[in-house]
Amino acid sequence: MGANETGLAASFDQTLFNQWFDERFETRMAERDAAHVPSLAIIATKGTLDWAYPPFILASTAGALGWDVSVFFTFYGLELLKKDLHLEISPLGNPSMPMRMPFGPQWLKNVNWHIPNVVMAGVPGFEKVATGLMQQTVKSKGVASIDELRDACLEADAKLYACQMTVDLFGYSQDDFIPEIAGWIGAASFLPQAQKSDVCLFI
Amino acid sequence: MSTATQTLDARGMNCPLPILRTKKALTDLAKGDTLAVVATDPGSLKDMQAFCKQTGNELVSSSENQGEFAFLIRKS
Repeated sequence: MGANETGLAASFDQTLFNQWFDERFETRMAERDAAHVPSLAIIATKGTLDWAYPPFILASTAGALGWDVSVFFTFYGLELLKKDLHLEISPLGNPSMPMRMPFGPQWLKNVNWHIPNVVMAGVPGFEKVATGLMQQTVKSKGVASIDELRDACLEADAKLYACQMTVDLFGYSQDDFIPEIAGWIGAASFLPQAQKSDVCLFI
Repeated sequence: MSTATQTLDARGMNCPLPILRTKKALTDLAKGDTLAVVATDPGSLKDMQAFCKQTGNELVSSSENQGEFAFLIRKS
C-alpha cells in the first residue's frame, strides 16, 4: 500500500498534468460554446406604437439569428398581443419625439414642429393625427409594421407569454388575444426562464 | 448575381426587414445553394456580416454600388 502510493507520487508530473488539463479544458469549453444556442428573454411593458418596436425588432432578429426567444408581455405590453392591434402614439410629454410631416416638399418635411403641450393636450384627436402621421412615416421609410414583426417572431418560434394577472386586472378576455400565445403565466414562471437566458431585457 | 440559386430584392426595406427576409429565403434553399440579396439599408452591410457569422452561413461577397448593397450568401 505504502509502496504503491510512493510509486504513484513518483510518476505523477504536476507540470504535465496541468498542461494536459488546460488543453483538455480549452477543447471542452470550445465544444460547449459551439453547441450553445443563445437565448433572449424580454419583458415587454409598454403598449404604445413607438414602444411596440423595440421588443418585436429584437425578438424577431434574435429569432432570425437562430436564438431561443421568449417575451413576457405584462401591463400595457399586453396590448401588443391583441388580435386587432390599435396602437397609438402620444407626443404629449415626450420632448424627444420629432414632429415632422411625412409628406410634402423636402423643406416642409425638414421642419420640426414645436407644438406646445397645452395644444397637444387640448386639441381633440391630436393623438389620432400623430398616430396617422407616424404610421405614414413608418411606411415611407420602409420600416416594418408591428403586425409584420409579430408574425416574424411567431414564424421563428419565439415564445410569447401573456401575464395572467394583467388580464384579470384590466378585465380582458383571453379571446381578445392571438391564439399563438405560448402561455398565460405569472412572474414566478417567467423568472426562471429569464435566469437561464444569455440576454434579458426589460422594455 | 445571375449565378445565384435565388435572388432577394430587399431595396427600400429598413432594419430588421432585410435580415428577416434573408433568413426566410435561406430556409427554402438547400445546403450549398446561393442567395443573392440587394438592399438599400446602409445598416445591412454590418448586419449581414453579423447574421452570416452567427448562423454559420457563408458570406461569399458583399459590395456597394451607388447606395445599393449586394450580398451573395451560400447556405451551409
